[in-house]
Amino acid sequence: MLLRLAPVAIVLLLVGPVLAGIAMAALPAFGYLPALGGETLTLAPWRALFAEPGLARSVLVSFASGLVTTAVALAVVLLFLAASTGSRLDRWIRRLVSPLLSVPHAAAAFGLAFLIAPSGLLARWASPGLTGWTRPPDLQLVNDPLGLALMGGLILKEIPFLLLMSLAALPQLGPERRMMLARSLGYRPTLAWLKGVAPALYPLIRLPVYAVIAYASSVVDMALILGPTLPPTLSVSILGWFQDPDLSRRFMASAGALLQLGVTLAALAVWWGLERLAARLGRRWLEGGGRRRGERALRLAGRSLIGVTTLAALAGLAALALFSVAGFWRFPDALPQGFTLQGWSRALPHLAGPVATTLVVAGAATLLALLLALAALENEQRSGRHPGSAALALLYLPLIVPQIAFLFGLVVLLEALGMRPALGLVIFGHLLFVLPYVFLSLSEAYRRLDPRWARLALTLGASPARVFWRVRLPLLLAPLLTAMAVGLAISIGQYLPTQLLGAGRHPTVTTEAVALAAGGNRRLIGVWALLQASLPLLGFLVAVGLPRLLWTNRRDMRGTP
Amino acid sequence: MPKPHFAIPWLALLAAAPLHAASPDADWQSILDEARGQTVYWHAWGGDSRTNDYIAWVGRRVDERFDIDLEHVKLDDTSNAVSRVLAEKQAGNHDDGSVDLIWLNGENFAAMRDNDLLYGPFAERLPHFPLTHPEHNPEVVTDFTLPTEGYESPWGKAQITFYYDGDALEAPPRSIEALLDWAREHPGRFTYPRIPDFTGSTFLKQALIALTEDRDALYAPVAESDFAAVTAPLWDYLDALHPHLWRSGRQFPASGPEMRNRLGDGELDLAFTFNPAEPAAAVADLELPPSVRSYVLEGGTLGNVHFVAIPYNSPHQAGAMVVADFLLSVEAQARKQDLEVWGDPTVLDLTRLPAEKRARFDTDDDHPALLPPEALGETLAEPHPSWMTALQDAWRERYVR
Amino acid sequence: MIAHHLELERVRIALGDTPLVELDARIGPGEVLTVMGPSGSGKSTLLAWIAGFLPPAFTVAGRIRLDGHDITGLPAERRGIGLLFQDPMLFPHLSVGGNLRFGLPAAATDREGQVTRALAEIGLGGFAPRDPATLSGGQKARVALMRLLLSSPCAVLLDEPFSGLDAHLRHEMRRLVFDHLRRAGLPSLLVTHDREDAEDAGGRVIELSH
Repeated sequence: MLLRLAPVAIVLLLVGPVLAGIAMAALPAFGYLPALGGETLTLAPWRALFAEPGLARSVLVSFASGLVTTAVALAVVLLFLAASTGSRLDRWIRRLVSPLLSVPHAAAAFGLAFLIAPSGLLARWASPGLTGWTRPPDLQLVNDPLGLALMGGLILKEIPFLLLMSLAALPQLGPERRMMLARSLGYRPTLAWLKGVAPALYPLIRLPVYAVIAYASSVVDMALILGPTLPPTLSVSILGWFQDPDLSRRFMASAGALLQLGVTLAALAVWWGLERLAARLGRRWLEGGGRRRGERALRLAGRSLIGVTTLAALAGLAALALFSVAGFWRFPDALPQGFTLQGWSRALPHLAGPVATTLVVAGAATLLALLLALAALENEQRSGRHPGSAALALLYLPLIVPQIAFLFGLVVLLEALGMRPALGLVIFGHLLFVLPYVFLSLSEAYRRLDPRWARLALTLGASPARVFWRVRLPLLLAPLLTAMAVGLAISIGQYLPTQLLGAGRHPTVTTEAVALAAGGNRRLIGVWALLQASLPLLGFLVAVGLPRLLWTNRRDMRGTP
Repeated sequence: MPKPHFAIPWLALLAAAPLHAASPDADWQSILDEARGQTVYWHAWGGDSRTNDYIAWVGRRVDERFDIDLEHVKLDDTSNAVSRVLAEKQAGNHDDGSVDLIWLNGENFAAMRDNDLLYGPFAERLPHFPLTHPEHNPEVVTDFTLPTEGYESPWGKAQITFYYDGDALEAPPRSIEALLDWAREHPGRFTYPRIPDFTGSTFLKQALIALTEDRDALYAPVAESDFAAVTAPLWDYLDALHPHLWRSGRQFPASGPEMRNRLGDGELDLAFTFNPAEPAAAVADLELPPSVRSYVLEGGTLGNVHFVAIPYNSPHQAGAMVVADFLLSVEAQARKQDLEVWGDPTVLDLTRLPAEKRARFDTDDDHPALLPPEALGETLAEPHPSWMTALQDAWRERYVR
Repeated sequence: MIAHHLELERVRIALGDTPLVELDARIGPGEVLTVMGPSGSGKSTLLAWIAGFLPPAFTVAGRIRLDGHDITGLPAERRGIGLLFQDPMLFPHLSVGGNLRFGLPAAATDREGQVTRALAEIGLGGFAPRDPATLSGGQKARVALMRLLLSSPCAVLLDEPFSGLDAHLRHEMRRLVFDHLRRAGLPSLLVTHDREDAEDAGGRVIELSH
């Protein structure tokens, strides 16, 4: 039966390309690539790689941004959850999680750059009154050599991700009972959460945390916008070498891809070591019995940090909107001399193609991912067999192996197989990253659905297929649409697979926006980045709105399932 | 790694070219017929919105007139397209390549010729090509000292032009040497695009021409001279200049357009472009203040012609030729030169154009930010393309830490 | 009216080496067999096995015969055994009428008439287009019963169907359910820990202990 093949298909689909890609990066890294005349094994690509100027710094920045980003984002999320009291502000932030998560990395990066650049929005508003600047200060705030701006941008984007993952995992832990217990023992609320809930939560979000480390240490599009330039991060350097007209550089690029894999694995290993260390130190803290010390500071940090990052993300989007309609805007005026729709009217004729490609690719990849995920989950329900944690780890494989490390190998492989860049390949490339997210976001709801619904329907004589279509699917409509919105958002944000597998022939709003980064025209970038951010938002609006519309007359379907 | 090299008998091909001229109309008609319905993937640098808009207009026109579907594949670096064609050749894809037309010049043209990646000669077959009158304008058949031999067709002209905010600056530096003194007095207000950007690389060549003691060496392959000795004055100059640049020379803008936008933001006082009309166009686009003025350095600045070429394995060579020919039409060239559109100078020989056609190039607006053609003065010829790559590599060795 | 009977032959259910249930019983038409026992005694396991939902971790010996046919190996939807849960479990995405129609076999004729008559019978005439969420607990329980009967089962399993109801409703619902089951001539197996359920059912009582 087809259903039974679904889990196998998913594993093959996710694991196959990753392993094949790494293998096809590994061979050229040691000089073997007959198509380019490399017939013998040699260490020459590695020697060329290590002779590259600035390599050490590239590696260090990539490594550091993996660890720093994750540590800061995780700390902000845990502190927020600890300090969260269910106030109106807390509820607002929780509600903003999904929309903020749906903002593509590139758009968020542009937003941040527009905000903090020396001639950005903040400097304009603070000058000359607060700063005394009449000219933009000559400071390296964006593209700084240490990659701080890059890390800042990544932190803004990874906080919503980790927060959403935490919120999804929390109900399993019964946090209310734990809190009651801890508070009845005299622990103040923030400390009660940090000591009573956080240690149990962390194991549940460990894989997402690892995915953040891997992503932050190897990201390309954000690094192109916010990252250092002389030299750029390792991933951006690899991209450059791979596209160099001197094809012999591909050997070095392959070695670089393996090095990137090593850097990411090293960051993961160091994090793993830090986990052990934190567990040991944390135990002493947990068992130390402190009930109040630090409560006030922790609570303040929990509230303010998430407030600042959320505000920065929103202000970045506002900056995109403002710059997209700004006329000439002399520094340090608070507002442009005039407003113009020129950016929009110029971009409008060019929007149709990329928007259509974006939607076709995102729609197809998401639909395929939904079909596969539903088939696998339905098979699981019917057979009664649940996959183990190993299967879950496999699902995370494309999220933990750096994109750049295996996509290049994949391109080399496809070229060797004589496959031409085509829209189908782009969709396939997106599917690799959409499927894990769709599966993860759907499986939770699918497995939590009361099994008695299906049993009842079966005893009423409905066939398993009828149960699926008439009972399970309608009951799961809301999570299904959410998974779809997540899938669309992930696909819309993809840069590297679109660029590499489509050979630039299939521009999407994301590749167009990133391509504009080099020109630095804020009006135009604002237009494209806003567009890029609004497309996934539409998906989430549908996901929230459609169930409400369909179930206006079904009260029990309107609550969160 | 040595690449296989098949020497094409250029002269023989060139000699064959006049055969097509036997019945030019019939020949061209068959190309037009073949081009009908083709999709042409034009790989062209996509970093400037005005250029992109112009290319989109070309797409609409060739669709209307010749039923050709033109797709602009926007590149952040032209070398990406070169790399793709080369990869296809290595993989044995000799007749179904993904690139049909490339916008290029200089070292990318040289690289494609070296690897026999170009289709041609085709330029002489284009009905509009004679309007460039190559016999009087050798620059339209010469690319960075190399003869084009019909393997690329001229499209537009470029010349390094400096511009500055007249409100912030009264007397801009008029030479490469004066630039250093000026930068010392105005720290952080000048920069150049990050190498290997072509505008940035051109600044290196401009400085090298001004500073080197052996200018002649630049017009022969770099391997024929002592690179270190010829370029030593350039590195001394840059070492002295960098501490006074924007971001203290530790960071550079990604491209010419980014440099322009930083000037608009007030971060820079002085910038330069390869397109003499760009400052005026940017004022019109509200990207630069109306106080912007432009000028060229004393002793002249580097200028060149940019071209389009067709890869040897393009499956739509007829369509690509029709597009290349349309680009040379009076309609397309006049629109390209229009300040409102792009402002890129024409490659047609206006002096030999009939008056009514010449009128289409007339501009009645003498924009304060636009230099009159005669003020552009002396054009310095581009060095041999091998210097570009050599300078880029040396720069990276020196300044990427 | 067809007279159905349900036979449970030398049933032994065990989880690993721990035996849970041993039972040998025949339930005649209209008869209610009550199985009682504290939680963890294996009542629900027994029901799950008869209905066809037992997880593979359990080992089972014995057969289930419905009207003489061995249905032990059949999938749940083809056994002809209906189920009434503790909660009414009306599908929240369907209307009241939609829930009843879901119960009707695909081949049933006069579907609308059957639904209308069923609603009238339980005093809910005209409720067909209503959202089930707007019904009271007792009303929901009655709709659930009608949905079960419309699916024309050959035997019925009752999984503590009255424990979710208020005390004053419970007696009334028991009478309604048992009357209907008896009238339909359905053999029924009731699982409960409430002695009053057993008394109202009026049939044999088997006590499971563990």
